[in-house]
Amino acid sequence: MNALMLFLAVIGRLMLDTLGAIGRVSQFTARAVSHIVRPPFYPREFANALMNIGWLSLPVVGLTAVFTGGALALQIYAGGARFNAEAVVPQIVAIGIVRELGPVLVGLMIAARVTSSIAAEIATMKVTEQIDALVTLSTNPMKYLVAPRVLAAFITVPMLVAVGDVIGIAGGYLVGVQNLGFNAAAYLQNTVDFLEPIDIISSLVKGAAFGVIASVMGCYYGMSSGRGAQGVGRATKGSVEAAAVLLLAANFLLTGIFFSV
Amino acid sequence: MIRMENVHKAFGSNQVLRGMDLNIPRGSSMVIIGGSGTGKSVALKCILGLIQHDEGKIFVDGKETGTGDRDAFLARFGMLFQGGALFDSLPVWQNVAFRLLRGSLMRPLEEAREIAIDKLRRVGLRANVADLLPAELSGGMQKRVGLARAIAAEPEIIFFDEPTTGLDPIMAGVINDLIREIVTEMGATAMTITHDMSSVRAIADNVAMLHDGVIQWTGPVGDMDQSGDPYLDQFIHGRAEGPIEAVR
Ligand SMILES: Nc1ncnc2c1ncn2[C@@H]1O[C@H](COP(=O)(O)OP(=O)(O)OP(=O)(O)O)[C@@H](O)[C@H]1O
Ligand SMILES: [Mg+2]
Repeated sequence: MNALMLFLAVIGRLMLDTLGAIGRVSQFTARAVSHIVRPPFYPREFANALMNIGWLSLPVVGLTAVFTGGALALQIYAGGARFNAEAVVPQIVAIGIVRELGPVLVGLMIAARVTSSIAAEIATMKVTEQIDALVTLSTNPMKYLVAPRVLAAFITVPMLVAVGDVIGIAGGYLVGVQNLGFNAAAYLQNTVDFLEPIDIISSLVKGAAFGVIASVMGCYYGMSSGRGAQGVGRATKGSVEAAAVLLLAANFLLTGIFFSV
Repeated sequence: MIRMENVHKAFGSNQVLRGMDLNIPRGSSMVIIGGSGTGKSVALKCILGLIQHDEGKIFVDGKETGTGDRDAFLARFGMLFQGGALFDSLPVWQNVAFRLLRGSLMRPLEEAREIAIDKLRRVGLRANVADLLPAELSGGMQKRVGLARAIAAEPEIIFFDEPTTGLDPIMAGVINDLIREIVTEMGATAMTITHDMSSVRAIADNVAMLHDGVIQWTGPVGDMDQSGDPYLDQFIHGRAEGPIEAVR
């Protein structure tokens, strides 16, 4: 009986904590969005964020995508050969990359690269009183630090996903044409014919959602960091974990919404 | 100009302020002394609203803090943080001119830079540090950049949290003179935390000693030596023996 009560108490506490966290994150996101649309704006901060989140992520996104596309082509070829379906490589690579792997892998790379750096930077600013200093200099940290990063991620991550999609398909194409003996023109034709607008739209929508998740998690954990170096470490770790898990959950949800019929 | 009434603040079970009362007249220089960890920095942050106090009231110009326009409220203040709190992504001059580069006090870029370099000179730093990053400066130089930033927009009320800690005696003298000058010439109201008794004598109009979460003694700096208060006496003479325990 006692053990059961304890168990229920633990579950209850966990649920309350989770609900509380969801509430705080939602409120934080709402505040971030409200600061994106209200002046004053900080164009220089925004430009920096575009640079850091978008442009500087291109190499890692490109490399991730090209290898994944190539591996996918090899797998589908080998798997398809078991029931004489080798010919579907272009179509499956296209759909696999554009619908799922492109957005998810780009999202996870952004969580690793951008979420962690945002969280570490803001948490360090918090523990060295730089956030307090911002406030005393009449600058709202939500506006100055958070809003530009979230907006930049919202804009650039879909673009990164688009780039990742193209490069991923190109990776499959290279492997298909070079190693698996596909005809180059036919491969491209098959890819283009097979993809529907909804595939591409879903890919970009996922990108935008993942961008918001990744940047909000970095900012949220950074702003709520504890004290000292340990606080910064915890914030960084927590932000990447939360961003990765939320992003995959959101991916599942969005896939359901777009493709369940 | 600043009045604290019965201010309480605890962090968890750690009762830091237990009913602090303080009154700082306009245009005067108040120095807060007190043992390490007694809550001097916390008191400053409560006035600025960076930390919410649990109980009691704080008034600035007769208006309770936390009510009314926060931007307008903060625009009247300058603050030097104990750790400097410079923005490490921005070069020194942009740190100093931070307020002048955005928001309601925005000036043209060239003018903001000139003001920054002038303020740097006033804290004893040459113009060639203007383009360095804070991480490239020594601790004492960072402190002085923080000081320059606090005074850059010529605020009415300035808080200095240990302005001379980590400075050599000559530079400490320069900073003491500067703070005195800001109060007497610009008519600012200053609140300074320091552990340096020569600074206290150089800067203060009034002194308040914080101990055990309350103001143990307060009065004009001239009365400090004949206060007859055993706590204050022990503190200003730096004696290990006395009512204040050495282990806190
Ligand atoms: N953000 C915070 N969270 C939890 N505890 C805090 C926080 N800020 C300060 N404290 C605690 O409040 C107490 C007073 O700290 P404060 O920084 O005001 O001391 P101080 O009087 O300025 O000391 P010093 O002269 O060493 O700077 C300390 O015990 C400290 O641990
Ligand atoms: Mg302090």
